[in-house]
Amino acid sequence: MAREASPSRKIVTTAVAWAIGLAIFFPVLWTILTSFKTEAEAIASPPSFLLFDWTLENYAEVQERSNYLRHFWNSVVISIGSTLLGLVVGVPAAWAMAFAPSKNTKGVLMWMLSTKMLPPVGVLVPIYLLFRDGGLLDTRIGLVMVLLLVNLPIIIWMLYTYFKEIPADILEAARMDGAMLRAEILYVLTPMALPGIASTMLLNVILAWNEAFWTLNLTAAKAAPLTAFIASYSSPEGLFYAKLSAASTMAIAPILVLGWFSQKQLVRGLTFGAVK
Amino acid sequence: MGRIALKGLSKNFNDVEVIPPLDLEIADGEFVVFVGPSGCGKSTLLRLIAGLEDASGGNIEIDGQDATNTPPAKRRLAMVFQSYALYPHMTVRKNIAFPLKMAGASRDEIDRKVQAAAASLNLTDYLDRRPGQLSGGQRQRVAIGRAIVREPVAFLFDEPLSNLDAALRVNMRLEISELHQSLKTTMVYVTHDQVEAMTMADKIVVLNAGRIEQVGAPLELYRHPRNLFVAGFIGSPRMNFVNGAGAAAYGAQTVGVRPEHLRVSTQQDEGAWRGRVGVSEHLGSDTFVHVHVDGVGAMNARIGGEMGVGYGDDVWLSPDPDKLHRFDADGMAL
Amino acid sequence: MATAHSRMTARLMISPAVIMLLGWMIVPLSMTLYFSFLRYNLLMPGMEEWIGFTNYEYFLTDPAFFEALGNTLALVGGVLAITVIGGVGLALLLDQPFFGQGVVRILVIAPFFVMPTVSALVWKNMFFHPVNGLFAHAAKGMGMQPFDFLAHAPLLSIILIVAWQWLPFATLILLTAMQSLDSEQQEAAEMDGAGPLSRFIYIVMPHLARAITVVILIQTIFLLSIFAEILVTTNGGPGYASTNIAYLVYAQSLLQFDVGGGSAGGIVAVVLANIVAIFLMRMIGKSLEP
Repeated sequence: MAREASPSRKIVTTAVAWAIGLAIFFPVLWTILTSFKTEAEAIASPPSFLLFDWTLENYAEVQERSNYLRHFWNSVVISIGSTLLGLVVGVPAAWAMAFAPSKNTKGVLMWMLSTKMLPPVGVLVPIYLLFRDGGLLDTRIGLVMVLLLVNLPIIIWMLYTYFKEIPADILEAARMDGAMLRAEILYVLTPMALPGIASTMLLNVILAWNEAFWTLNLTAAKAAPLTAFIASYSSPEGLFYAKLSAASTMAIAPILVLGWFSQKQLVRGLTFGAVK
Repeated sequence: MGRIALKGLSKNFNDVEVIPPLDLEIADGEFVVFVGPSGCGKSTLLRLIAGLEDASGGNIEIDGQDATNTPPAKRRLAMVFQSYALYPHMTVRKNIAFPLKMAGASRDEIDRKVQAAAASLNLTDYLDRRPGQLSGGQRQRVAIGRAIVREPVAFLFDEPLSNLDAALRVNMRLEISELHQSLKTTMVYVTHDQVEAMTMADKIVVLNAGRIEQVGAPLELYRHPRNLFVAGFIGSPRMNFVNGAGAAAYGAQTVGVRPEHLRVSTQQDEGAWRGRVGVSEHLGSDTFVHVHVDGVGAMNARIGGEMGVGYGDDVWLSPDPDKLHRFDADGMAL
Repeated sequence: MATAHSRMTARLMISPAVIMLLGWMIVPLSMTLYFSFLRYNLLMPGMEEWIGFTNYEYFLTDPAFFEALGNTLALVGGVLAITVIGGVGLALLLDQPFFGQGVVRILVIAPFFVMPTVSALVWKNMFFHPVNGLFAHAAKGMGMQPFDFLAHAPLLSIILIVAWQWLPFATLILLTAMQSLDSEQQEAAEMDGAGPLSRFIYIVMPHLARAITVVILIQTIFLLSIFAEILVTTNGGPGYASTNIAYLVYAQSLLQFDVGGGSAGGIVAVVLANIVAIFLMRMIGKSLEP
């Protein structure tokens, strides 16, 4: 049983923790605040914190000038598409390894993990050339394929660790109760694995949304997701802080919300089950 | 209904022979207990009968029909698992109904049978709860309910009581025995606890390293163990064994005598084993004294609750000659 | 524990994933390997010829390579130092009872969800910018000369940005590990007369050792490939001052169109990553009990 901390100590801890938490969060907060300022206020010295004229014009302007929605939609299609395809391939594979392991299973899992350690620059050139020759450069389908392959090991590993937690007993009980394979998967395994599948999906959407190597190298204007779109703001002449902030806020807001829901799964997914 | 025959059945895991070929007949309506130390292959044997493992050789016949390659779902057997293996996402009602649903029973029939099973197992008030909200004993009952509704030809129990506390275990033991009396269905029960085996079985199968050591009624095993292993495994506290000169006096390599068959005397006694009393365990009705016998080692003897021996006393132990077990050099009973 | 039938099904279900990953790993990697032995420039199509190890010679003797290698190590080492030390401290802090634990936790992990290009741009413009950045405002406010971070300390600036992104990761994992520490073990140590400091050294740290190793190894894998942050902030400059191996390979292949040289660099990067990967796989393999 944990003991109750003394009130004075708890107050000190609270103050310190909040100060550090806010400091770490500050860049995000500042971006969000700046997105509601006018360009003049955004670079005013000294900067104003809350006492400025709140405006939404940056959001309107970002959309108007840069077709923000198209890039947003690219991000959605690429991250959700690659995740769903990953589940289609990954669920059967993880099922097989968790419930019908052979002596090769461990080796296969480790090998899958090792593909994840391949630095992307090691295959950048051939992938770029293959994409160029196959007409896949700057297409969403091409990016979906690459991100599917990049994240497939994580998908399989996460699903595997979740499936492993379903006691084999219960599946055997279903068999004894007269369930054949289809019924076993439909009525017993899937409902029990649903939380695991959902969090795998969530984490992979996040990873795919934020992926910034392949999306930067394989897209131009057409299929560019938000990562590449935001990068286009880095040109020196484009010092539009408020608009940059608005675009950034829109780019990170959805994933920030998803991410807060998936904190726990994040640990397991990113450590390949080594820390839970 | 409910005859099971194993003919030359064997099992290997990656070239390791877990169960060498064995034969066993289980009669209809019989309560058979597989007992043995952990790792003796008793659970594997049960899973072979269930169809959860493939046989490496031999046949399994259920009611005279070869079921060796029949999938578990089609063997008409029901199993109660050690962990109960309840479906955590289903209510108690749905758990019990699941086998019926798989069998394609009508809604009315499912309702009727679930209600009946719940009533007989005192689960009626819990039908809409999830397994996670139940106590260990209640979960156990749900697992049994799920097994009985499909009216199997035989029940398989895999150490069903090992997750319960001592008091509950005694209760459930009685309930399962009563269930067997009322259903008269074949039951195959696996346990490592010889007390469970002795109290519940019609027939005990003692297993060791995948091999059947002896098959027989509980008292038969108690009275006439076929070898050293069975002698040491059946009976509590354990049988005392004496080797060397003490055994040679009885014309055997080893003699065994149960604690309850040793007479303890504080008077010098010719031919008896002389020893010094160590720890005494008082159970009220009985007292077990641990005696260090020179040249033999530690022995355990039962004495009446009233007899006054204390630590360090000299005592003389003599076996009841009718209840002495003699074994040859191979450990087989003479 | 399975029957022959289920093993057959299993093999069938696993093969799509295996085939796809095999294709993903073998095909491009062998192409890279092949290209690395060619004189191959995208600007001179049709002029490819076999030149053996020449590309490697050029790549490995290029002063830019050594600078990039040094930068890569500094980047990985710097970020690791900040995130691991900061992560242990934060995990210790967040593990204490205080008001609003859940909210602070959310604040702390937020940077991890910010896409790399956004965090790089936000830091570059709104914090590091010598005229309009917050740090410049703060310096002026205190009567000091603003410091142009990205021009004068480009690598350090990038280390700070990346550390900010990865600190939440380390914190989250170490906090999870810390919460799995048996409180009875701590109490037993307390009964044995251990004060807070010795409890931290003898109980908490050994318990965290595994999680710290995992953090180090996984972060190293990702940090070796840092790319977007460099592309967005400094383009590797000034000179090669903030170029790492990943960025050098990118620049050589896709900016100078030297596919052969870039491929040789890519293979070098793969070899470096493998050295780390071997340790990581051992760690994770140990925790895997199929």
